[in-house]
Amino acid sequence: MLDLKPDFGGFFKDETFVGDFTFANSPSAVRRFPFPFDRDQYMYSVNIEPHVPTRPGSVLEHAFDIDEHYVSEMRDRARVLARDPLRCQSLPHMELAGWDLVELIMESLSRDYPQWFTLERSGNDWHWVNKPLGIDQRFTFLDPSTLPYGPMEYITRQMQGDFTLQDERDGNLWVDAGMVTTQADWSLDFDIGMNFFEWHAPVPLAHEKGIFDRALKFLLKLQHGAPVRRFNWTMTVNPLLDTAPETYPEWGPSKTTLTQANLGAKQHLRVELQSLFRLPRSNAIAFSIRAYLGSFQDLVTVPKWGRRLHRVVRDLHPDLAAYKGFLRNRDAMVEWLSKYDDGAPTSPGIWPED
Amino acid sequence: MSVAKLLVRVAEVEKINDLITRFRFVARDGGLLPAFSGGAHVVVEMEDHGTRRMNPYSLSGDPEDRTGYEITVRRDDAGRGGSIYMHRHVSPGMEMVISHPVNLFPLDGRAKKHLFLAGGIGITPFKAMIHQLSHIGAKWELHYATRNPALCAYGDQLKGPVHFYYDDLKSFIPLRDLLARQPLGTHVYCCGPKGMLSWVRATAAELGLPEHSVHFEEFTAPQPGAPFDVELTLTGKTIHVPSHQSLLEAMEANGVDAPYLCRGGACGQCECQVVKAEGQILHRDHWLTDEEKASNSKIMPCVSRFEGRSLAIER
Ligand code: HEM
Ligand code: FES
Repeated sequence: MLDLKPDFGGFFKDETFVGDFTFANSPSAVRRFPFPFDRDQYMYSVNIEPHVPTRPGSVLEHAFDIDEHYVSEMRDRARVLARDPLRCQSLPHMELAGWDLVELIMESLSRDYPQWFTLERSGNDWHWVNKPLGIDQRFTFLDPSTLPYGPMEYITRQMQGDFTLQDERDGNLWVDAGMVTTQADWSLDFDIGMNFFEWHAPVPLAHEKGIFDRALKFLLKLQHGAPVRRFNWTMTVNPLLDTAPETYPEWGPSKTTLTQANLGAKQHLRVELQSLFRLPRSNAIAFSIRAYLGSFQDLVTVPKWGRRLHRVVRDLHPDLAAYKGFLRNRDAMVEWLSKYDDGAPTSPGIWPED
Repeated sequence: MSVAKLLVRVAEVEKINDLITRFRFVARDGGLLPAFSGGAHVVVEMEDHGTRRMNPYSLSGDPEDRTGYEITVRRDDAGRGGSIYMHRHVSPGMEMVISHPVNLFPLDGRAKKHLFLAGGIGITPFKAMIHQLSHIGAKWELHYATRNPALCAYGDQLKGPVHFYYDDLKSFIPLRDLLARQPLGTHVYCCGPKGMLSWVRATAAELGLPEHSVHFEEFTAPQPGAPFDVELTLTGKTIHVPSHQSLLEAMEANGVDAPYLCRGGACGQCECQVVKAEGQILHRDHWLTDEEKASNSKIMPCVSRFEGRSLAIER
């Protein structure tokens, strides 16, 4: 078993995403929050762009972002998996894609964060060290008997954010493997084996706009070495990463607890930085869904974001607010946010002061 | 779409027989190249005395060998010249540029058995696939037809369930029997000359094999296209789009501020109104509707090109 001997050190925070909810963003984490709105309105679009490193210090600096919540998030993932092992599944033909993911992540992390992760290789003999989680593992690449879990599960127990692996066949993508414990109310156990249109079926308006047709055609041409990214967002009451349909009875009722007095602290904007990588050996596509939580009271400390969040939430199409699960609280949110919108114009783009 | 490139050096050139030569590329910086999947190809860029050629070639080496890539090129005396350039001018030590591997002919990982039908130079993707399947212990079988034993590239290296056929000796793949006796869950892969592809396609259909379990190597690798000029009416400039640049890249190179997001014809950001088009717009995007494409009123500069006398767009 992978037993964690976490080292929080000076950087990683010791916090919880359940129960007493001690999760919080430090001031610098608020400044680098991936605010997803580049203008004062929001509607679905094919918002895909090349995933090239940009803006040192931002969440886009590296292929995968590791932040101050890393160690605690990995502990939360282990907790969720212990309760419900079906959050991680891989159909038999996806093992090679799992190894591709091991390679992609280990190469990226050891290149981008050498102070925390190292990878030494001699042919297929690999030595992986993950200092924050206290892991020191020697294994044989492509030999699953040398790891404590299957390759995808092994590496995603050490990665912030959810991952799914899509097989490409018959001109479509099939979600045939995944590690999903920080999801916005969808279920891997329900979706596994579905194709691009099937798993997107519940999304309103986007099918009619041709968004999924275009997005799929684009993804089928995705090339190795040229990953892409997009942002998605929703709303979550309390900093709960695991908002799963399976546990809805445990977290759904929290939506009825908002008041004007507690809304700024309890209501979180949940942003997903999604990136897609063509995998080399399997020709599969890896989908990384990295969730960031930001409380309203933290976000409005950036004046541009306070103004813009108010306008987006106020004017959002009701079908989207309903799908994202916050229609009942929308008026309360708008009332709270209106205090931070003086009507001044906002600059284009997502960055705090551009 | 901007294609990711690999900078390589030619490490080996080996004549396999009268028509076929094997090339090995290594990374110029001495590092590892990306692993790839059996069936993948790379696009090799050639500066052929003023003409830029970009030819796709299947990778024929072991996908796990990240120290180098191998391609196997058949000299095509009637072709556009890429293979002739490779045979005549490419020698060890030369620096070249290739694309990242792209796979338009992938294995189906769910297959219980993989049946390969190769004709001539069509052996190349199967060589890589056999390496890959051998690593994971999956079941495969190869039927390989060539003109005669002297032209049977790699015949001596292919070990395992391999069957050879030679046209000159009047031995042919017993296709109908072969396909009819395959176990359920077999996937069939065919790579060879056009005639062979249609023979396999027709026979598989007659026998009622499910379409999704029969795969054909069909090259539709991105081709650069002819150069053209375009007038930008808002900027007041006329710019040249060379064959290896997209219209979007050419605008950027000329200091024109052109919006974009995906650079792959999907997001709609780069859309431009066409003011005048005497000729044909080669629409390659997924954004415009069929009617918009037919009317030639809009163009997506990140992927689409133009052929004809003159083009003017609003930008
Ligand atoms: C191939 C990898 C992808 C996977 C595995 C994936 C998966 C999902 C899932 C599971 C949902 C939730 C559906 C539900 O309610 O049950 C979703 C929502 C959605 N997806 Fe994707 N998706 C992928 C790629 C994309 C891409 C490339 C786009 C580009 C436009 C896209 C656009 C959307 C949109 C607009 C929603 C609605 C989100 C919201 O309003 O919260 N997806 N996706
Ligand atoms: S940049 Fe997205 S369609 Fe051209």
